[in-house]
Amino acid sequence: MAESNVKVLGTWASPFVMRVKIALHLKSVRYEDVEEDLLAPKSELLLKSNPVYKKIPVFFHAHNPICESLIILQYIDEVWTTSASTILPSDPYERSQSRFWAAYVDDKFFPALRRLVIGATEEDKKAALAEVVEGTVVLEGAFGELSKGKAFFGGDNIGFVDIALGSLLGWIEVIGKQCETKLVSEAKTPRLVQWADCFSAHEAVKDVLPDVDKLADFGLKLRAKILKALAPTN
Amino acid sequence: MSKAKLVILDCWVSPFCMRVKIALNEKGLEYEAQAEDLFGGKSELLLSSNPIYKKVPVFLHDGKPLCESIIIVNYIDETWSSPPLLPPCSYGRAQARFWADFIDKKVFDACGNIWRSKGEVPVEAKKEFIEILKQLEEALGDKDYFIGTTFGFVDIILIPLTSWFFALEKIGGFTVEAECPKLSNWMKRCLQRESVAKVVPPPEKVYEFVLMFRKMQGID
Repeated sequence: MAESNVKVLGTWASPFVMRVKIALHLKSVRYEDVEEDLLAPKSELLLKSNPVYKKIPVFFHAHNPICESLIILQYIDEVWTTSASTILPSDPYERSQSRFWAAYVDDKFFPALRRLVIGATEEDKKAALAEVVEGTVVLEGAFGELSKGKAFFGGDNIGFVDIALGSLLGWIEVIGKQCETKLVSEAKTPRLVQWADCFSAHEAVKDVLPDVDKLADFGLKLRAKILKALAPTN
Repeated sequence: MSKAKLVILDCWVSPFCMRVKIALNEKGLEYEAQAEDLFGGKSELLLSSNPIYKKVPVFLHDGKPLCESIIIVNYIDETWSSPPLLPPCSYGRAQARFWADFIDKKVFDACGNIWRSKGEVPVEAKKEFIEILKQLEEALGDKDYFIGTTFGFVDIILIPLTSWFFALEKIGGFTVEAECPKLSNWMKRCLQRESVAKVVPPPEKVYEFVLMFRKMQGID
């Protein structure tokens, strides 16, 4: 069903925006895609609809703005309820486990990935790389627990943790190429490697994950912008 | 292993543990709080049930461990539905989750920038802390509680952190009441609730703890 009052303010390159789009595709909800240029000054719409963080994604439903990707995912799951595609499990304990691992991705794994890109010294980058690799091993373990032998963290279908982690796959590949390492390796994390393939090929995902070369090119420009902002001013 | 069905691995001064205990009290649930000695050595139970972060609180429901206070409070709300801690409408719930997440991302670290500082507290640290409180005060508006007329999720997430404010005021030389009077009134309102009063320690006791911790860390 076409929804005229559903809008996503974001950019094709942001994994946090990808999460929202994957969730909407999963629920078969049509939306208006509004592109924010990360290399340009922030738009009026962004500043007005997310005054606290001034960040994408912002999700609009009937003109109400909702911010923070994992919160948006929970909103989408609660509003569009079709039994075929739930994002969080229905059992409260399993829901808490899904929330825990999605929070781990955001609070531990992603910051380590980010430090790998913007680390100032070789030592910083080496430490960040070790953290990222350790993180993948921890997530391999989590996959074993949550998937219960099925293809996804969510079981038979993709769910909250799949979307939280899977949205990072493009950047994981780009950053890995820059470091000349496979961050999600067959040797250490064979199940994650298989999961990554299944996730990327999923109907709700394949049109959302961007082309890796295009992402790499954008990454260089974004990195330059971030480093410039972090540089000490004299 | 305790025979109690609901157990919390606890520390009396941890605002994160207080959140869980308040939520349990709101639901009228009996539980056992097992005190962890965070300085003497964490228990085997803590280390095995929270291997990723090795932190309190850990909530055990029939032996099944849950970690991270906001996740635990959500679990308690979803497992024992009365009274509800989140509003019924999805947009209201999203707003509640947003502010709970904001509190977690911003408040404790900003507190740390004040109580962990050696010598004079940097002006920037005080300014940042007050700005964060003012943002919360704006979200509260003229309502009695963050979600309108009933005590709920966001109140539970924030009120424990306010037990540390007296210590910050003494160390930083400011008062929350002067800077954020509406928030200050909200604090008093929440502290009158039995579920909260039973759990939140006297601010002077927290201040003593902070001073002791500063000495231990070589800050004082």
